[in-house]
Amino acid sequence: MKRSLAGWTFAAPALLVIAVFFFLPVVAALALSVTDFDIYALADIHNLRFVALDNYLGLLRNPLFWKTLGNTLYFVVVGVPLSIAVSLGAALLLHSKLGRFKGFFRTAFFAPVVTTVVAVAVIWRYLFHTRYGLVNWGLSWVGIDPIDWLGDPHWAMPTIIVFAVWKNFGYNMIIFLAGLQSIPEDLYEAARIDGAGPWRQFRHVTLPMLGPVLLLVGILTMSGYFQLFAEPYVMTQGGPLESTKSVLYLMYEEGFKWWNLGNASAVAFLLFVLMAAVTSAMMWFARRKGAE
Amino acid sequence: MGFEGEQVAQLLPEFERRNPGIHVDLQQMPVLSAHEKLLTAYAGDSLPDVTPLGNTWIPEFALLGALDPLDEEIAATPALDVADYYAGPWDSGVIDGRTYAVPWYVETRIPFYRVDLLHEAGIDKPPASWDEWRTAMAAVKRKVGPKRYAILLPLNEFEPLLNLAIHDPLLRDDGRYGNFRSAGFKRTLAFYKEIFDNDWAPKVANTAISNVWDEFGNGYYTFYVNGPWNIAEFRKRLPPSLADKWMTMPLPGPDGPGASVAGGTSFVVFRNSRHKAAAWKLIAYLSEPRVQVAFHTLTGNLPPRRSPWKDPSLANDRHARAFREQLERAVPTPKVPEWERIATELRLVGEQVANDRMTVDQAAAELDRRADAILEKRRWMLDHGGGHAAGATQ
Repeated sequence: MKRSLAGWTFAAPALLVIAVFFFLPVVAALALSVTDFDIYALADIHNLRFVALDNYLGLLRNPLFWKTLGNTLYFVVVGVPLSIAVSLGAALLLHSKLGRFKGFFRTAFFAPVVTTVVAVAVIWRYLFHTRYGLVNWGLSWVGIDPIDWLGDPHWAMPTIIVFAVWKNFGYNMIIFLAGLQSIPEDLYEAARIDGAGPWRQFRHVTLPMLGPVLLLVGILTMSGYFQLFAEPYVMTQGGPLESTKSVLYLMYEEGFKWWNLGNASAVAFLLFVLMAAVTSAMMWFARRKGAE
Repeated sequence: MGFEGEQVAQLLPEFERRNPGIHVDLQQMPVLSAHEKLLTAYAGDSLPDVTPLGNTWIPEFALLGALDPLDEEIAATPALDVADYYAGPWDSGVIDGRTYAVPWYVETRIPFYRVDLLHEAGIDKPPASWDEWRTAMAAVKRKVGPKRYAILLPLNEFEPLLNLAIHDPLLRDDGRYGNFRSAGFKRTLAFYKEIFDNDWAPKVANTAISNVWDEFGNGYYTFYVNGPWNIAEFRKRLPPSLADKWMTMPLPGPDGPGASVAGGTSFVVFRNSRHKAAAWKLIAYLSEPRVQVAFHTLTGNLPPRRSPWKDPSLANDRHARAFREQLERAVPTPKVPEWERIATELRLVGEQVANDRMTVDQAAAELDRRADAILEKRRWMLDHGGGHAAGATQ
């Protein structure tokens, strides 16, 4: 038996699974996105029309699509750096030699990641309640008028971002913690001998050594945050005035609420193209910086 | 489905005793995922024999060809007296002249209001027209001040605006186009806008209220437009001191008592059922006035026909009385499968109007534009004689 044949044979089961569960659905979705598959087509396949790129063009002309795209980008641009900064900060605190009760804090910081978003959302809705919420009560002590966190179109997205960051930072924190623990102690020792203070140690030892981890975390967080859905779904249902409706939310409504599967597939592909472009740009940037 | 699905089990043993050959296999479904589950079951050809279907879903399943017309069975069952049914709910199941559904229970939305607060504001008779309602809301608002309101119309629900608007045809030309630029709808939208402009209603979603019953008890709002299930909730949740301080009233209309949306649930038999005769027997049994009274006792749901209302349990229920009157004026929503989506756009545009982001004219034009886009496929289907493009407008 030739070596290559043996190789293909061993890889075949995995390739088959990928083909059936990944490539086939993707091709089917792409085909769907150039039709107007809907409830009428479900009733009788003759009601299916080939619309070429009309779904895509329609989306590009739809103000709601741009609005959801803007909301999603807002969430990504503010949420991802914030989330990474909070994760890194928490990891540094936990890694510090001065820290106490590390086991407790590690568990406490990670707990939001493993709780269900629906249960947590109920509590957060109360925290941010305009009249009874703990947040506004706290603010009233420093003389700030109540803010309608989830009902004001300007505040709803920041509230969702804070909620999402709180919910997710523990996961990245664990990855950062592993990265920090793998940095050899002698590097810090050498830096200290050279007279570097804590900030310069962080800037010139910790950050460069964490480069690959940062890239990984950045890409994972970014692709996760582009798929914003559960948080607005449980907290605001996309409101008020559609200020928290994300691209994925739009797709969900098109596909599963209204059964316009053709349109929903087109949304999915546009989001996919966007995410692929942003991730490639990050990879390119990181490669140029030599982080890989 | 849901709570009703659990409770109806108590009515089935008697049916099985009366029909020894028939065994009812009851499957319960959570309400929130019922629509998806039924559509998936349709695609997979695994629908049940008979199911209670939300009235707004009937046009969609009729269009799919999933429903069996019931006209012959109805004609052959004298006990099921069509004239005894409220016209609006019954009409929900009639599409293109064929009856696909028999109402099981009905709901419509009317104002719950605080008698004491209205009295303090100097109003002793519940308003019957929009003009009287305006006067009442303004009086209440003057009385309760800036921190409390006259009415709650949650911005994340389409029902409040829809119930105010339903007295006019909302679609035109056999459901081909939106009819939102009509004078009638603009008048409704202007009234709706006026309520928010005058601060009679807070500009909030009901998620911001946290507990609508407590806030009603607190007097945060005096009117709350909602459905019959809240009769039981208010009885249970309001403190005893408020027990006789609240009432229900028919929904005011532009010039006197108004129409409202005939919601609720109706029985359908699926076309692929292999036990249609037995399925019909079950529907006929659950439609008997006596059984409907028993069902009302179990669940608090309101019967869709008039004779069960003569039973003391309903006739002496003072909170249900306004619903009984309102049901005579309840009308179905436009019978096109796209309706729920159009209603959602109605809510979204209504939210813009309430927040003063759109004028009434802009909103009406925008709604017509959105409705026409949503109905594009339907127009194509009708113009090409496309199979079963079911549904007449109103």
